Amino acid sequence: MKKSLLVLTTLALGISLAACGKNDNSNNASNNGASSSAPASAAISGAFSAAGSTALQPLVDQASKKFMDLNKDVTITVNGGGSGAGLSQVAEGTVQIGNSDVFAEEKLKDADADKAKELVDHQVAVVSIAAVSNKDVGVDNLTKAQLVDIFTGKVTNWKDVGGKDQKIVLVNRPASSGTRATFENFALGAKSEDLPDSITEDASGTVRKLVSETPGAIGYLALSYLDDTIQALKYEGVEATAENVASGTYPVWAYEHMYTKGEPDGALKAFLDYMLSDEIQGTDVKDLGYIPVSDMKVTRDVEGNVTNK
Amino acid sequence: MTQTRQAADAIANDGRGKFPKHKLEELRGRGYVMFCVLLLIVIIFSIVYFIASRGLTPFASQGVSVGEMIGGLKWSPEADTPRFGALPFLFGSFATSLLAAIIAAPLGICAAIFMTEMMPKVGKNILQPAIELLAGVPSVVYGFVGLSVIVPFLRDVFPGQGVGILAGGIVLSVMILPTITTVATDALRSLPAGLKEGSYALGATRWQTISRLVIPTTLPSLMTGIVLGIARAFGEALAVQMVIGNAPHIPHSLTQSAATLTSIITLSMGNTTSGSLHNNALWSLALILLIMTFLFVFVVRLLERRVKHA
Repeated sequence: MKKSLLVLTTLALGISLAACGKNDNSNNASNNGASSSAPASAAISGAFSAAGSTALQPLVDQASKKFMDLNKDVTITVNGGGSGAGLSQVAEGTVQIGNSDVFAEEKLKDADADKAKELVDHQVAVVSIAAVSNKDVGVDNLTKAQLVDIFTGKVTNWKDVGGKDQKIVLVNRPASSGTRATFENFALGAKSEDLPDSITEDASGTVRKLVSETPGAIGYLALSYLDDTIQALKYEGVEATAENVASGTYPVWAYEHMYTKGEPDGALKAFLDYMLSDEIQGTDVKDLGYIPVSDMKVTRDVEGNVTNK
Repeated sequence: MTQTRQAADAIANDGRGKFPKHKLEELRGRGYVMFCVLLLIVIIFSIVYFIASRGLTPFASQGVSVGEMIGGLKWSPEADTPRFGALPFLFGSFATSLLAAIIAAPLGICAAIFMTEMMPKVGKNILQPAIELLAGVPSVVYGFVGLSVIVPFLRDVFPGQGVGILAGGIVLSVMILPTITTVATDALRSLPAGLKEGSYALGATRWQTISRLVIPTTLPSLMTGIVLGIARAFGEALAVQMVIGNAPHIPHSLTQSAATLTSIITLSMGNTTSGSLHNNALWSLALILLIMTFLFVFVVRLLERRVKHA
């Protein structure tokens, strides 16, 4: 009895010690890395976490690592979880930054509308979404009306929109997804239905795989996910490129938001400023397939009204 | 470490006069076990309470009726007049898990018979570790293999897009195979040796012994394994979500897009804000899953009771 208890305590101690050791190591490693890069501008310190949109996560992740290299005393934790979870958590104060693909007012409605008022919006990038299809459908351009017909199930064969005689297979995102909301709002101008026989997947990688492999498939993806296994469709004759989005000719785009509860200060403010600095906007934002906010010649408000800058 | 031991010895020595050492140990051990059990009970009840409190909100204060949730066919939570019919998901969950059991049960039970009755050595050294290995593969790997191999195969062979209940059932059958095989093997191994020897002594062949004696005697235990497998399949989320298609409709064929309770929860949970009607409705689905799991546990208990009576 006693021996087993001792073994248990040893194990527990050992595990906790090992865990401590690991943390120390990783801290040291990041500190060492920091000393080699540029010296920190001013001594800022603090620890905070960001959670939410998986579409924005790679950018925040990369930027936070760079920021922590520059400022040794700042610890930033970045998690995913989805836009809704990010907004809930920042409103409740569980995390300091809530990442979201949509305006907080669109998610926090009705009883939660008060929560949205407390949140401060920081638009750090623009993400554009293109309709994509399997390569063999024989169509490379769709009008808004044709897209609406396809995504509401009125048109079920590619030959009706000028393509091959092939059944259309819809690959959708979940009804609550920010990407789907952007596509519905700005490409269709209407809500789409979850039709029988359609496929719904949450991960963009899975959507791309299914569209590339399923004959007659159509879906939509952020520009960062486009590659040559699928065909990006022109929208009303306009190609989905960063230039067309920035100039306002390609309308299917949305801001990536980083929400804070109240105005940020200290390290939090420094990090959000860093997100908007040329160092991130000019390199990481573009590398990861987003469009820098500073490039945009148009702005859009929560109601979707687009105005020239 | 040594400090702990010294402290423990000190306490033991101090109390030696009126309190024997072994009694102290007994007390300490009992205290530790009681603490763990209490913690476990608190955790279980908190989980049930949390899911129930969130999951009942749509019915209690947000105007969704239980009948609509269980019997409704239309699921459109983000529409202007949201509808919360979860029958397609209930159908999908039952269809995929039953299909998985239909595929996996004969395989698992045959494997168990092979390992215990026919070639115990090969079974113990090769087959059993191999099957148990399947339990350690992460479900996202199963999902990806399903998406890359099974779905394209089904798409080529059958009409439809390949995603659907058939793909989900096949992926799940591999995932529940270890559960069914392990439980069946244990049951067959625990069969009293005298029974089989008696059968052989009467001149029965091995096949006669297996089919007329071994299987009927261990049937309740075999059923337990199958029910546990179904319960596991019912709760599996990620792998199924990747291959089933997730359209919220009851499909007309096995290779048409369908959805399960778990796949809808994992698809939408992160995109909804906590406290919203959509989010609470997802918790209601979780509550249905929890109740179903209770029912499965209940069935397993009933089967176990039958084993004891037999």
